[in-house]
Amino acid sequence: MKAAAHAETGEALKDRVLEILSHVPDPEIPCVSVVDLGIVRDVREDALVITPTYSGCPATLAIASAIRSALDRAGLGRLRIETVLSPAWTTDWISEEGREKLRAYGIAPPPHGAARYSLRDAPAACPRCGSPHTEEISRFGSTPCKSLNRCLACGEPFDRFKCH
Amino acid sequence: MKPLVEYALRLGDDGLVLGQQLSEWCGHSPMLEIDLALANIGLDLIGQSSHFLKLAGDTEGEGRDADVLAFHRDVLDFRNALLVEQPNGDFAQTIARQFLFSNWQELLMRELMRSHDATLSAIAGKAVKEVVYHARFANEWMVRLGDGTEESRNRIIAGLEWMWRFVDELFAVDATVEELIVRGVAVDPRLLRAEWDARIAQALAEATLEAPKPRRAASGGRSGHHSEHLGHLLTEMQFLPRAYPGVAW
Repeated sequence: MKAAAHAETGEALKDRVLEILSHVPDPEIPCVSVVDLGIVRDVREDALVITPTYSGCPATLAIASAIRSALDRAGLGRLRIETVLSPAWTTDWISEEGREKLRAYGIAPPPHGAARYSLRDAPAACPRCGSPHTEEISRFGSTPCKSLNRCLACGEPFDRFKCH
Repeated sequence: MKPLVEYALRLGDDGLVLGQQLSEWCGHSPMLEIDLALANIGLDLIGQSSHFLKLAGDTEGEGRDADVLAFHRDVLDFRNALLVEQPNGDFAQTIARQFLFSNWQELLMRELMRSHDATLSAIAGKAVKEVVYHARFANEWMVRLGDGTEESRNRIIAGLEWMWRFVDELFAVDATVEELIVRGVAVDPRLLRAEWDARIAQALAEATLEAPKPRRAASGGRSGHHSEHLGHLLTEMQFLPRAYPGVAW
């Protein structure tokens, strides 16, 4: 098995690594994988390139260590994990599948094309009842990447993935 | 010391010291939302700082990483501006400090994205997206406090009065920065002043506040001449790794 893994190159290797990482959850939002989040930037013969979401996101170390374990378990210990800061991560890199998983989990996903210096996002649709009548309570939520919101229709508070 | 090491330390120490101060509000803020906001802002700043300090350590080439630089330097080796080491005081004083700093930092990071140094540019590219929200948070609270009750108004006026003397240092340039400006590495902060003044004036007008009268500016942080506050902050922040060298989770 391990010998076979070493023989893989190019697209085959990339596909396999992405498949493995699609089972590595974000430690703080476990409904989405690190691939859904768009933090996996490149797979090379000798290295896996990832990028942090926020500069100070405390999950960054936990994510790197979870990825390390997953790669090692799959016999891909030769892949180093490389962290790059540029280009800066944006919520536009969250996959469609990831957005659906967030919504099902009760977190309003970020709108598309919103990675800009926007200070006020249009109200999110409530992930519980779907109503567009919601308001932001605080730009800063339970993790760096989320804001606190409230649905004015069903009254439920909810998290929203901030456009970033 | 290489100019880039010095410059990265200044940027890193600003974020580290202010982030540490903001973390002290955790569990003590007036409301849950403010608690979350100040903790998040502190986290962003410490994250940015760790990138700047890593750059300083890598450039220096003597094996000091971000943790060593954060936890094993003494007061005289810190290069943060005096503004960020001013005590939290009451909530208004914390907001006044954040208001002056975040508006400056946003302009600085936006320019630093154009730095010829690829690492500085990359860190700034991430930071600017975060700092936009810090500035907005501080600006909104300036308005609530300034245009709020008599009590909140008096407190924010007092906070601004205290913090105002530390503003000029943010825009000052010395030989180290001059050299880096010429090389296209550092931002010339003097060029940010007009826009900063305009932003501050606009926010103050909305908050029905006036800018404090000019007063004798205090400076020295960039060359290691700090107020007594920084020493107290460092004893708390550095205690664990100093008391238990090499400790790990």
